Amino acid sequence: MGMTMTQKILANGAGLEKVEAGQLIMAKLNLVLGNDITSPVAIHEMEKFTSKGVFDKDKIALVPDHFVPNKDIKSAEHCKCVREFANKNDITNYFEVGEMGIEHALLPEKGLTVPGDVIIGADSHTCTYGALGAFSTGVGSTDMAAGMATGEAWFKVPSAIKFNLVGKPAKWISGKDIILHIIGLIGVDGALYRSMEFVGEGIKYLSMDDRFTIANMAIEAGGKNGIFPVDDQTVAYLKEHTKREYKVFEADADAHYDEEYTIELDKLKPTVSFPHLPENTHTIDEVGDIKIDQVVIGSCTNGRLEDMRVAASILKGRHIAKGMRCIVIPATQNVYLQCMEEGLLKTFIESGCVVSTPTCGPCLGGYMGILAEGERCVSTTNRNFVGRMGHINSEIYLASPAVAAASAVRGCIAGPEDI
Amino acid sequence: MKAEGKVFKYGDNVDTDVIIPARYLNSSDPKELALHCMEDIDKDFVNNVKQGDIIVADKNFGCGSSREHAPIAIKAAGVSCVIAETFARIFYRNSINIGLPIMECPEAAKAIKAGDEVEVDFDSGVITDKTTGESFKAQPFPEFMQEIIKAEGLINYINSKK
Repeated sequence: MGMTMTQKILANGAGLEKVEAGQLIMAKLNLVLGNDITSPVAIHEMEKFTSKGVFDKDKIALVPDHFVPNKDIKSAEHCKCVREFANKNDITNYFEVGEMGIEHALLPEKGLTVPGDVIIGADSHTCTYGALGAFSTGVGSTDMAAGMATGEAWFKVPSAIKFNLVGKPAKWISGKDIILHIIGLIGVDGALYRSMEFVGEGIKYLSMDDRFTIANMAIEAGGKNGIFPVDDQTVAYLKEHTKREYKVFEADADAHYDEEYTIELDKLKPTVSFPHLPENTHTIDEVGDIKIDQVVIGSCTNGRLEDMRVAASILKGRHIAKGMRCIVIPATQNVYLQCMEEGLLKTFIESGCVVSTPTCGPCLGGYMGILAEGERCVSTTNRNFVGRMGHINSEIYLASPAVAAASAVRGCIAGPEDI
Repeated sequence: MKAEGKVFKYGDNVDTDVIIPARYLNSSDPKELALHCMEDIDKDFVNNVKQGDIIVADKNFGCGSSREHAPIAIKAAGVSCVIAETFARIFYRNSINIGLPIMECPEAAKAIKAGDEVEVDFDSGVITDKTTGESFKAQPFPEFMQEIIKAEGLINYINSKK
């Protein structure tokens, strides 16, 4: 029996000819990532190792992005801890405010993630880099500490679910609609402990930004990782962003999949996840009249340039509804700069949005858009759990940038065709 | 090794945002995190939990964020063991890595009720509901994970290998 794409990458990382589902392996790591919330715990844990220092100063990325620019004194102390650790260990890829971005948008942009890599990050959305044909998965702070010290991590080789994407998505259908549809189909634990491998002729219609969004939310179905094959678009992206060499892996023709789904992209409609789980999906035509108070467009899921362009295309020449707050957060400094050069910032500001420096802030209820009791938000982020963005009696509706922008204009949940 | 305590019972998909809301993640002090453990799903939990008590939940416990603060908060609140039908994978890994005992046991998760007195034998994997007299057998850990658990966490395990 052959191996899945994920299994092949893990076998290569572990120096083995072959691995199978369920096998425990030690794999060498190409990158270890942490942010301002998870790294301080890892840095504290590092002190317990009998061997000191980091395994490779070039293969660690530290990105303060959750509560920066520092939202309060305690957050400032955390960031200081990360900064001092980075300085002491001469970490090459530490990104200070001013050059940082939301980690999962930033690292591919900086060329630090390439096909065939084995990557762990102390952030659950580390699975994003599967869009580039890498194995990447979220871990906790202790695994991050062990990774930084030893350059290795243990994995249980996952089995996989295959998603065969066919057909061409309609105009407003984005990666977000596709992944929300899939999560609605299989549930928030539908891929628990397993890989989600996306294949099929429909992939050629998906931009890299769409693929990042899809891989990013694999964790929202419980997946260990989400992964795409490497094609011409991937190669073009890599050419633009990295000088690193990489190795392309493909699933064997006789690889075993626990389950297979066919997703007809041409039949999908804009999709919204209702509170309080990403699996509570409804298509835009079934939503009804739901008044909202706030819109957030950004995050590691949907803060990339294409997301900004789509949102701006809807907001241009329009104004957001009276009483609405619309917070736009380009995910990296580079995306921000591009937005400025393309005139998107002007569009956002003229339409009544506020534009923020890169931060994860509102997505996890940190700062920059906390919800009061009873308030509703349409958000392009990834989780709509109880209390995620503020008060436990507030509500989050997850959607694409197109739906979010249209909803901001209408003042209620609306699709791009409704304005 | 055994644990014994009163059960706090929860349903499916208890996420890390309700185990420890992100508004408290500007701290990494276990004692401070413990003060807010389960706050958004059960505001009385921290007032009622006693050293040794046990959390029992249905499927996908600990889904969501990778924050190790979640098992840290549970452990620091005094909880001796979490039993669930299934765990989200990052939470599962984090619990083993920090030495919070967890058990996957669908039968126990289904049968045990809030307030029951439960005893867990970590060596045999037997879970006994002393209130009802029923007992259950949990899924055993792979040997490699047992070694991490015996070493009381991943870092001690790695240190012992050198």
